Amino acid sequence: MISFNHIQKILTDNNPTNIEALAQEASSLTRQYFGHTISLYAPIYLSNFCSSHCTYCGFHSHHRIKRFKLTDKEMNQEMKHVADQGIENILLLTGESYKVTPLSYLMDTVTVAKQYFPNISLEVHPMEEDEYKTLFLHGVDGITVYQETYDRERYKKVHLSGIKADYDFRAGTAQRAAAAGIRSISLGILLGLSSNTSQDLFDLYEHLSFMEKNYPGVEYSLSFPRIQKIKGEDFGKVYIDDKTFIKIICLTRTLFPRVGINLSTREKPELRDHALKLGITRMSAGSNTSVGGYTLKEPQQQDPQFDIEDTRSVKAITTLLKEKNLDPVFTDWRRIQA
Amino acid sequence: MTTRTTETKIADAIEDTPFFIGGKKLTSRFLLGTGKFRNKADLAQSITESQTEIVTVALRRIDLEHHEENILEHIPKSVTLLTNTSGARDAQEAIRIARLAKESGYGNWIKIEVINDTKYLLPDNSETIKATETLVKEGFVVLPYVSPDLYVARELVKVGAASVMPLGSLIGSNQGLKTKELIRVLINEIDIPIIVDAGIGCPSQAAEAMEMGADAVLVNTAVATAEKPAKLAKAFAMAVQAGRLGYLSNLPPVKDTANASSPLTGFLYEN
Repeated sequence: MISFNHIQKILTDNNPTNIEALAQEASSLTRQYFGHTISLYAPIYLSNFCSSHCTYCGFHSHHRIKRFKLTDKEMNQEMKHVADQGIENILLLTGESYKVTPLSYLMDTVTVAKQYFPNISLEVHPMEEDEYKTLFLHGVDGITVYQETYDRERYKKVHLSGIKADYDFRAGTAQRAAAAGIRSISLGILLGLSSNTSQDLFDLYEHLSFMEKNYPGVEYSLSFPRIQKIKGEDFGKVYIDDKTFIKIICLTRTLFPRVGINLSTREKPELRDHALKLGITRMSAGSNTSVGGYTLKEPQQQDPQFDIEDTRSVKAITTLLKEKNLDPVFTDWRRIQA
Repeated sequence: MTTRTTETKIADAIEDTPFFIGGKKLTSRFLLGTGKFRNKADLAQSITESQTEIVTVALRRIDLEHHEENILEHIPKSVTLLTNTSGARDAQEAIRIARLAKESGYGNWIKIEVINDTKYLLPDNSETIKATETLVKEGFVVLPYVSPDLYVARELVKVGAASVMPLGSLIGSNQGLKTKELIRVLINEIDIPIIVDAGIGCPSQAAEAMEMGADAVLVNTAVATAEKPAKLAKAFAMAVQAGRLGYLSNLPPVKDTANASSPLTGFLYEN
């Protein structure tokens, strides 16, 4: 049983001896259950059209940014570039627009992606179960869907319009995807968005426990992105410092020894390097978070969803992992659907 | 008395009875898994030091794109490759993975792992039986990984499995032989090789399984996550041999109390 008091106690306890003990436990559990391996993946942004207005997001519908959607030819070019770096696990992302990036567009994208990557995950607008089923049978292995915050009041205040404003539809996404047969599901909260981090974590853990119990065959992973400023404006209710961030990763590992924990390039290299030993099992490498950012647009033309802090290449990350006695895993899955 | 025990009586305490799986005669009774190692050199050295003759590799982890990372480049050709179906959630997926492994040229030895619970990683016995049946018919040498259960094991024998691989405890848990008494039943009643797989955390636990009469032991996590994997792999191989010799020597039974005279039958000898 996960206790709220336990979470709160860990997050407020700044005794270095206790934090070290927690980190030791997390580190040891990670090695026991995942061995000395770290899986690598990279994102490709397909489109930044978005019909949702989420106050904290660089892509939201009221922002005056240039909107792009990759064509067939363009996505081929981007995918080839990423695959050439050695990446085999790909995360394909769009803004949340049913009109601009409907199921048919996603299906076409997956058709192209299958030529380059053995493992395909999507981070796109939430869909219905039959749509997930269609995507699964077409070759989609994973779905990433973050609730951002489980605090309904706060959720309402930051998700002003669009499909994302429907809290319950979003919260049910993982269930619909799991019921459709999707193999891996990534859940997460945007740290700092809600003022009560302990409560948000507790609710996320409860969500995960519910999913584990009802859809035991799915491989789950969690992500803990920290909220960032957009053009100088701060949307965070609380600031999650490095110490708290590390405690969250370690606490998660001790509560869920077998669940994957992802870490994106929005975190600084030094922090990522340390986190590797504590509970992280998957990390992105060589990432670009703009549509067409790898090969099509010059840096000054790009409007990234978030700023990348760790700009090291796939090769540099691979070398780093080996130096740290960790085995970089590129292939986690091989497509078996006909 | 089972056939197994009769066999051991005629077997010399040092010269073991031959050990066959899928028609292949094996000298080593130690099988090694290849996941979780910190690098490929540690794996290669662990194979050499333990002198294992069978290693399991997850098809999903065979990286064809990166030569240096391709695990197969680090496994000697003399070692039999036992591809496993890790990632399969039902019989159909396991069957597809097995076929893909064969088509890719990795041979016809397949370890069936059907796991539809990512928290405990316990195998789905009924789906495992289905997959075994189909794959045996297709000419595979099938080694199914199961929770120890007598009826399941009998069914596996019936459909043509080459061995039964019962788990000692949860994968990666290092808890040892938590299912000991259930495995003992399989050892007593099942005439195809019993290979204890999963949960074996230290050499003494491997010896314990072998002393009891298991035909072989498979280890992965304990070796891969040890500080000195090759040393531990060797220790496991030696423990497996020691346990086997112990078994062949017909170990004297363990007793809870000292042996008094004959309180129950002593009267027979009284005048």
